Amino acid sequence: MKLITAIIKPHQLDEVKEALEAFGVAGMTISEASGYGRQRGHSEVYRGAEYTVDFVPKVRLEVLVDDVDSSDVLEVILKAAQTGRIGDGKIWSVPVDEVVRVRTGERGVDAL
Amino acid sequence: MVLAMSAITFVAADTPFTDSGNTAWVLAAAALVLFMTPGLALFYGGMVRTKSVLNMMMMSFITMGTVGTVWVLWGYSETFGNDVGAGLLGNPFEHFGLSGVLDAIYGYVPADAATGTAAAGGIPGGAFVAFQVVFAIIAVALVSGAIADRAKFVTWTVFTVIWATLVYFPAAHWVFAFNGFAAETGGWIANKAEGLFLGGAGAYDFAGGTAIHINAGVAGLALAILLRKRVGWPKEPMRPHNLTLVMIGAGILWFGWFGFNAGSALSAGTLAAGVWVNTLAATCTAMLGWLITEKIRDGHATSLGAASGVVAGLVAITPACATVSPWGALVVGLAAGVGCALAVGLKFRFGFDDSLDVVGVHLVGGLIGTLLIGFLADATNSPTGTAGLSMNDGLFFGGGFGQLWSQTLGAGAVLIYSFVVTFIIGWVLHKTMGFTVPEEDEVAGIDLLEHAETAYDLGAFTGGSRHVSSGVVAERTRQVVADEPSSKEEASA
Repeated sequence: MKLITAIIKPHQLDEVKEALEAFGVAGMTISEASGYGRQRGHSEVYRGAEYTVDFVPKVRLEVLVDDVDSSDVLEVILKAAQTGRIGDGKIWSVPVDEVVRVRTGERGVDAL
Repeated sequence: MVLAMSAITFVAADTPFTDSGNTAWVLAAAALVLFMTPGLALFYGGMVRTKSVLNMMMMSFITMGTVGTVWVLWGYSETFGNDVGAGLLGNPFEHFGLSGVLDAIYGYVPADAATGTAAAGGIPGGAFVAFQVVFAIIAVALVSGAIADRAKFVTWTVFTVIWATLVYFPAAHWVFAFNGFAAETGGWIANKAEGLFLGGAGAYDFAGGTAIHINAGVAGLALAILLRKRVGWPKEPMRPHNLTLVMIGAGILWFGWFGFNAGSALSAGTLAAGVWVNTLAATCTAMLGWLITEKIRDGHATSLGAASGVVAGLVAITPACATVSPWGALVVGLAAGVGCALAVGLKFRFGFDDSLDVVGVHLVGGLIGTLLIGFLADATNSPTGTAGLSMNDGLFFGGGFGQLWSQTLGAGAVLIYSFVVTFIIGWVLHKTMGFTVPEEDEVAGIDLLEHAETAYDLGAFTGGSRHVSSGVVAERTRQVVADEPSSKEEASA
């Protein structure tokens, strides 16, 4: 099993969610995140004083998938999240030892 | 404030009587002005960071408690009691606790058989007390914006009482206490102290450009210089945390300001209506002026700029609203909008942390409005002129330099007095009680330290556990724990 984590632009979230649902992913977890990469921050002006805001709002999306699906799911997220402009984010996947469904105690792929 | 007669009542009475229309307007205006202080709390509160919004709002709110109390006790008397010498101070004991005020009638004009003029009603002493106390409250609250995020709340509370007593009440006496209105003898600026005004009238300050805005603005400057800067200023970004609150606050301030200015006519008639129009006109151009300045300089017209421009225009038209024409009001507003938008940058150049620009908006705006009267005073087309009252023309209308000198003198006197006395009060409080919170507490958030509260609970997991959150309940919990062994013993016995 793999954990796929994607940091994406907040306004791409709906598109990514719909694409994942269409692909057949059963669930996902999102959280609000802030950060920067090559995009760096942006500047805001209050009463003429300019402030640099380093950390830009992002959405962190996490999906647990079976090994065989992992590269497809990654492609689905990539396609839906990509705008081609700077600040689109990153996606990575890591191996997962064990997954347990809390309600039933099912383990492994059955728990996905 | 100029005494005016609007409703002529044909009563052949020798005893003073009140005019119900004037009284109703002054009471309504007083309520409008009180509403400005919560409005200011929103305006200021939205501009600070999340962790200090409650403290910022409380610094405004507390003035309603403290200044309102001392107003009843000695503040009214100190401002509007008979002068105790040279026009500098009213007698604080004459009307202590408002004795002998509520049954008085101010502004009554008796019938004159010689000229055939009918008697005109006045307003009850209580209405005047009500209208003036809300001015005192907001004048003190305005100062707090200069020391956001770092002032010890108890010291600020003590400061509000001392500053009102030693700075605001005297300055208001100078400017607002006209001879023969509430007392026989009043303040030196209002009544044109002899030898000082060189042919000009006393400084024209209809609703408080000097006594309130220059006064509070320069007091803010004194405290900002005296107290340490906020941790991280000016390098760290200290963005306004909620600009929607700022916009709401600016809206409430504008609404209340109609009471502030038009209510200062102390009558409901031509003068009040003209002042209302001028208050609108100047604020419109001030907002435009600020936004145009921003658009040219920074590339964007911002919501904070619009809200700030509104307040800057209201500040500047406050002294001038009765003595300039509507055209003049447009000019005053534009000058204030552009002038204040440029002035808010000064604190970075001079390195004082006037956190919410009390200096840039209130001191600068107050000076612009007060001094422009010297140029733009218009005896023909101003509300005062159209109400049939006499006044001097300014420089641009052929009145020469007399009025400009009067305005400069009035503004300068309040400015210097307020700066010096505020600095001394602040210094003494800083040495005795301490005026700032420890830096680590400021970083953690002054709301939590000073008020044991946080403004926002938006997260899903941050709810407190209720059974230990209240002191009363916690006390009961301890009681139960203490009782428990004994009840067990009883059971076993």
